[in-house]
Amino acid sequence: MHEWALAESVLTAAIEAAEKEKLKKITEIKIAIGQLQQIEEDIFKFALDEIKKNEEKLKNVKITIKTEKSTLKCKNCENTWTFSDMKKKLNNDESEAIHFIPEVAFVHTRCPKCKSPDFEIITGRGVSITQIKGKK
Amino acid sequence: MGNLSIMDVRLSVIDHRLHGVKRVIAVASGKGGVGKSLMASSFALNLSNKGYKVGLLDLDLYGPSSHIILGVNDFSFPEEEKGILPHEISGIKFMSIVYFSQDKPAPLRGNDITNAIIELLAITQWGNLDYIIIDMPPGIGDETLDVIHLIKKSEFVVVTTPSKVALGAVDKLLNILKELKLPVLGIIENMKINESKLIFDYVKEKNFKFLGSVSFDRNLEDAIGFTNKLLNTSFMKDFQKVVEKIT
Repeated sequence: MHEWALAESVLTAAIEAAEKEKLKKITEIKIAIGQLQQIEEDIFKFALDEIKKNEEKLKNVKITIKTEKSTLKCKNCENTWTFSDMKKKLNNDESEAIHFIPEVAFVHTRCPKCKSPDFEIITGRGVSITQIKGKK
Repeated sequence: MGNLSIMDVRLSVIDHRLHGVKRVIAVASGKGGVGKSLMASSFALNLSNKGYKVGLLDLDLYGPSSHIILGVNDFSFPEEEKGILPHEISGIKFMSIVYFSQDKPAPLRGNDITNAIIELLAITQWGNLDYIIIDMPPGIGDETLDVIHLIKKSEFVVVTTPSKVALGAVDKLLNILKELKLPVLGIIENMKINESKLIFDYVKEKNFKFLGSVSFDRNLEDAIGFTNKLLNTSFMKDFQKVVEKIT
């Protein structure tokens, strides 16, 4: 359940940001999940719910999760493609490896057009906080 | 509080992941091929053999080799438990990109290197350890800067060979570490063949600590991949004296 570690990262970062801003309560956290990391959203939500129970600042926080489409672009031929295109060609182990460390996409996949390993992840890599709201 | 720009959530949790680790020692060099991986793996083995709880993190993402030295050929995924749990190899908690790359080439650019390192540090559950030894790639690029930035408790051991060419690159790494006021535990002279004061004199002149010389061991190659054999090499006998000065 490596989603737990990511959920813990989100809430640790939110609390740290709230402390910097001297917030007593965090009322809302908006999270973006990049498709490439293939987070199991149910497990991720469960972990968020469990962890927030122990944090005073997070009681009654509203958490919204939005999935961000992954796009990739080849540096060699400028072709762009999506994770959905890529996923069809991955076996289970390759897909699981990318779930743990999204950068191993550069190990297990290539540009579908020119077969170059020299591409970049433009959007939808992993987990990020896009907005935090709170009360002082 | 209004809108925040997008935050990398992983950075905040890294200190927490390393909270139960007493010391983090990065085995580094400005130059490749001086024996960093062998020193890092041997360091971890030596400490583990003495009863310390030890982790070994291979951060050489282009050319990982600690797994070869430790004889790892099972690249199955780490077990998951609120993150990932390092595999245990000869008593050492071991983490490397090879568990995700299946030992295939990892053609990563700088930002991707940093992202992969951050991800590994954010999700690996090391637990309580006396030491984490980091096998660093050569140079003063992304991985070195990432370790400096992300692992605040890092201490550095710098490896060189008795070569003017190696020393030229090692000097640059040491200058950066000194400029940033980072703890350098000392310098090891590896693969010593002839009597030479090149490294010893350099270390004294620069006011670092000379941790000792490790002689070139012609039989060492036969022990690569066999941790029991490694512990009984003349390399390890020399290296033991170095370990005593650090721990």
